[in-house]
Amino acid sequence: MLQQLEELKLNALQELGSIGSPGELEDWRVRYLGKKSELSMLLRRLAALPLEERKAVGTLANELKAHLEDSRRQKELALQELAASAREEALDITLPGRPVPTGRLHPLTQTLDEICDIFVSMGFQVVEGPEVEWDYYNFEALNIPGEHPARDNMATLWVDFEAENGERPMLLRTHTTSVTARIIEGATPPIRAVEPGKVYRYEASDATHVPMFHQIDGIAVDKGITMADLKGTLYEFARRFFGEDRKVRFRCDYFPFVEPGVEMAIECSVCGGEGCRLCGGSGWIEILGAGMTHPEVLRRGGIDPEVYSSFAFGMGIDRLPMLRYGIDDIRLLYGSDLRFLRQF
Amino acid sequence: MKVSLKWLQEYVDVVLPAADLAGRLTMAGSEVKGIQVTGGWENIVVGQITAINPHPNADRLRLTTIDLGSEQHTVVCGAPNLNCGDKVAFAYINAQLTDPHSGKLFRLKPAKIRGVASDGMACSERELGISDNHEEIMILPDEAPLGMPLADYLGDSIFDLDITPNRPDCLSVIGIARETAALTGQGLHIAEVEYEEAEVSIDRQVSVEIDAPDLCPRYCASLIEGIRLAPSPPWLQQRLISYGIRPINNIVDITNYVMLEYGQPLHAFDYERLRGKKIIVRRADAGEVIVTLDDVERTLSSDMLVIADEERAVAIAGVMGGANSEVAGVTGSILLEAAGFNPASIHHTGDALRLPSEARMRFERGISPELALPALRRATQLIIQLAGGKAAQGLIDVYPGKRERLPIRLTIGMVERLLGVAFNLDRIVGALTSLGFDCEVTASEVRVTPPYWRSDISLAVDLIEEVARTLGYDKIPAAMLSQPLPRHSPEPVLDLKRRVRQSLTGYGFQEVITYSLTSLEKLGKLLPGTGEVRPVPLRMANPMTADQEYLRPNLRPSLLVALEANRRHESGGIKLFELGKVYLPRPNDLPGEPEVLCGILSGPRQERSWLGDSEPVDFFDARGVVEGLLDRLGIDADFKEGSDKGLHPRRQVSIVIAGSNAGIIGEVHSRVVEAFEISEPVYLFEIDLAACLPFTANCKAFQPVPRFPAMVRDIALVVSSGVTHQRVRDIVKSFPLAARVEIFDVYAGEQVPEGKKSLAYRITFQSPTHTLTDEEVNGVQRQILDRLSSELGASLRS
Repeated sequence: MLQQLEELKLNALQELGSIGSPGELEDWRVRYLGKKSELSMLLRRLAALPLEERKAVGTLANELKAHLEDSRRQKELALQELAASAREEALDITLPGRPVPTGRLHPLTQTLDEICDIFVSMGFQVVEGPEVEWDYYNFEALNIPGEHPARDNMATLWVDFEAENGERPMLLRTHTTSVTARIIEGATPPIRAVEPGKVYRYEASDATHVPMFHQIDGIAVDKGITMADLKGTLYEFARRFFGEDRKVRFRCDYFPFVEPGVEMAIECSVCGGEGCRLCGGSGWIEILGAGMTHPEVLRRGGIDPEVYSSFAFGMGIDRLPMLRYGIDDIRLLYGSDLRFLRQF
Repeated sequence: MKVSLKWLQEYVDVVLPAADLAGRLTMAGSEVKGIQVTGGWENIVVGQITAINPHPNADRLRLTTIDLGSEQHTVVCGAPNLNCGDKVAFAYINAQLTDPHSGKLFRLKPAKIRGVASDGMACSERELGISDNHEEIMILPDEAPLGMPLADYLGDSIFDLDITPNRPDCLSVIGIARETAALTGQGLHIAEVEYEEAEVSIDRQVSVEIDAPDLCPRYCASLIEGIRLAPSPPWLQQRLISYGIRPINNIVDITNYVMLEYGQPLHAFDYERLRGKKIIVRRADAGEVIVTLDDVERTLSSDMLVIADEERAVAIAGVMGGANSEVAGVTGSILLEAAGFNPASIHHTGDALRLPSEARMRFERGISPELALPALRRATQLIIQLAGGKAAQGLIDVYPGKRERLPIRLTIGMVERLLGVAFNLDRIVGALTSLGFDCEVTASEVRVTPPYWRSDISLAVDLIEEVARTLGYDKIPAAMLSQPLPRHSPEPVLDLKRRVRQSLTGYGFQEVITYSLTSLEKLGKLLPGTGEVRPVPLRMANPMTADQEYLRPNLRPSLLVALEANRRHESGGIKLFELGKVYLPRPNDLPGEPEVLCGILSGPRQERSWLGDSEPVDFFDARGVVEGLLDRLGIDADFKEGSDKGLHPRRQVSIVIAGSNAGIIGEVHSRVVEAFEISEPVYLFEIDLAACLPFTANCKAFQPVPRFPAMVRDIALVVSSGVTHQRVRDIVKSFPLAARVEIFDVYAGEQVPEGKKSLAYRITFQSPTHTLTDEEVNGVQRQILDRLSSELGASLRS
């Protein structure tokens, strides 16, 4: 009889192992644990056995029954899990998700935000000024009087407005340096400010020119500010904006509102300084103009240049995303084409 | 500005390779934008024609014997211009030349021409790639050494320099030589100008009078008699050609040459044609007419300066000469002018007459009047050398504008204060001296007198730049600002703009940036009916194009144009916004420039996907965006009926913040949509940021989180279809315990009588002071229903 139990166990577990559906499991339960199952019959027949044998077989048979019941429950759970996972696998996870609305900031906005954040972290304040401006702030206050040749380099769009004296003093600012003139006027140092915004030139559109574009100017005024501070500030900006390894250089240049004047360039990203079409063979890309604010400009604004010193800088913005993303036509920035704008 | 390296080497020893010198000049302020190398000729040498014999088999060809010093070659030649003794460029077999017809490079091969072997060739300028001239063989100057490789003799590097407007002195070879000398530590050698003079003094033959000393600080002249007008010698022609200047005759060429060499424009008058033998520098009479050298008749105004003789203007000062005094005869006398003119006046005159010229450009930038005399002497010398003649004794020099240059005070401390680095006295003085500044060193300071050609230097800071750029900007260290941080007080509108932009992109709107200038036509399209734009927006006096004539008073046209353009390739929903300034004219003042947010949307509400198509957007999408934005900014707004002419009259609301109009939401008027060639409904919103700024969450006190539980009641009302949600909401909201009112259903149709509609509301009752009881809420609800019934005729839907 013991041997019979042993065989029963072997068969039952073997069969259980190959069961694949709840129906088969139920059949199995009826067959091995049901009222008419071999095991039940056997247990019922126990009474007929002698006491010793009854004890031994009974214990074993009950153990077997518990074991089979346990195994069945486990199998049942396993089948349930299998069924659940079968249901989940019915999902084609390669299908795309439900679309959520995605809009993007214009690349110029992103660039300006990034630049402003860098200067704000260096203690500069962001200031904005008017785009329609008086000749005075755009030119006169910046040491660019009426017939100055520097005016020729900044073809101006004039507003159709005649003052009483017959002059035409209103224009679209040609650079954000006009905001610098406004900041200097009447302010008490210390000053650190950057001034982003739109500027305008009388210029026909082509791949590198548009009549409206963006600039940011900056100014710092305090006692003891030197050209070394200018270099440090702008090199730090370049390091953060263009990356750790880009070489930067200062060379002498001329702007009427600074003296000494500086042009800052970064090593060309395309050729790494070897010289290529992008950098015109020089290996350098001009990024901004800067210098020590001209004493005359400070004086006009009511700041004594004998007491205070100051640096100023101005930078075109549009070129920066163009360099970063390799955009070859500036008009794309103002074209509102979603196929272009969605890339940023 | 171009500078030939070879020419430069006449004044300064160039000790650096061309590229390195270009680098030094660039760093010091005169940017070399390119170097054009002429030459590179291989197997081409200087030869001399020793014999010319007829070709045995061809009338038009000749056999030319060319001596190279150590050897002789016979070549077949068809050009008509060769004479015995001429020096030519001889190309050996295998030399690389430019094909005169195709312009391509080729290697010279041995050839038999009409039966005679030609072992080489005399080259034209075109074949050498120097110019387009292929009519004749290029004749080299007599002094060209026999047998010398042409590359050594004629090869050159031409620097293309970008000279900043403050440095007119650098618009000359000598100017660049001075820079080169200072930057490379070399000496400058400019030969003394000497020439023989006749016995008769110039003063007895011509007089000069300056009537307008404010516009002409100096007028110098020399008189050369007995010149012979002829083509310039080849070396001079060659030099002008390499500068892109067309040779004309020896006199004109010399004035151009000296302008390039010294930077001083000169002008030659035909002495015989000057009436009264008198030069008067005066303002033009209003309406005075002169025919200029380009044969154009020009009418002058009284603020223009002319050079006149006793009877008429003979030149527009500093801009262009007159045809009536042009050197005409083959022989004769010339009066050579070198003067100083007021830069602003020259600029104005040149601009008004639209006459650009090399001379004008130099005067405009303010060349020193001191330059006139040395340049005049140099040109006189060259004319005597190359055109013959004899100079009258002495020179005319009328100099009413002479100014003594005062020394500028400079100390080591001033240099350090500005540059942030201490240079010692020797280096400072050394740098300035090398540039030609006169430095007088005293115990406490240096007294620096700039050389006459540096008209740009007047202040100590100017000197400091000279020191810095000569020693090199790379000597200046990089330091971080060490002063205490200035007080930070950011402009709140900047933060608001950022938040608005971020929110809008979150709602799926793409930011665009468009031109601020637009046309009246586009603005008119926004107004169905009149199309008349009032008030008239700000107009440009000199618009680029008719399309960009006016400053936009709103952002709508650019967004509608952008929508239309994108619709050509986008089938999905399009949502665009721009945040920018609009320009509102104000009398006698700069315009107002409020920052405005404008958004437009059209097309399907959601991206088309496999999960199903979506409905097109409608008015409530636009309104939802605005409500979401204002909510996010913490702004409470009311919405009132709008009256914007460009929007659908019954599908628009104006946004009211604290009682003032802050913007509008609506469906763009169908005729506006049509005018912009769009074929679907477009919804738009506009918000004035300035109106929002004082009411953002930053400006409000916090509301405590409710401590007592809320009670929620749903009610369904039946009202006449003309009753708006707003009116119901306003009544419900007027009860303080009704903390929130949300509409969750609007229905008209079956089970609701004709002319009526059903509105279903969820009202959340809440008290800040206690837990509400059912009775209390029932009471309030009853009062609410009573008012809705009496004021709006509302009844509960059963």
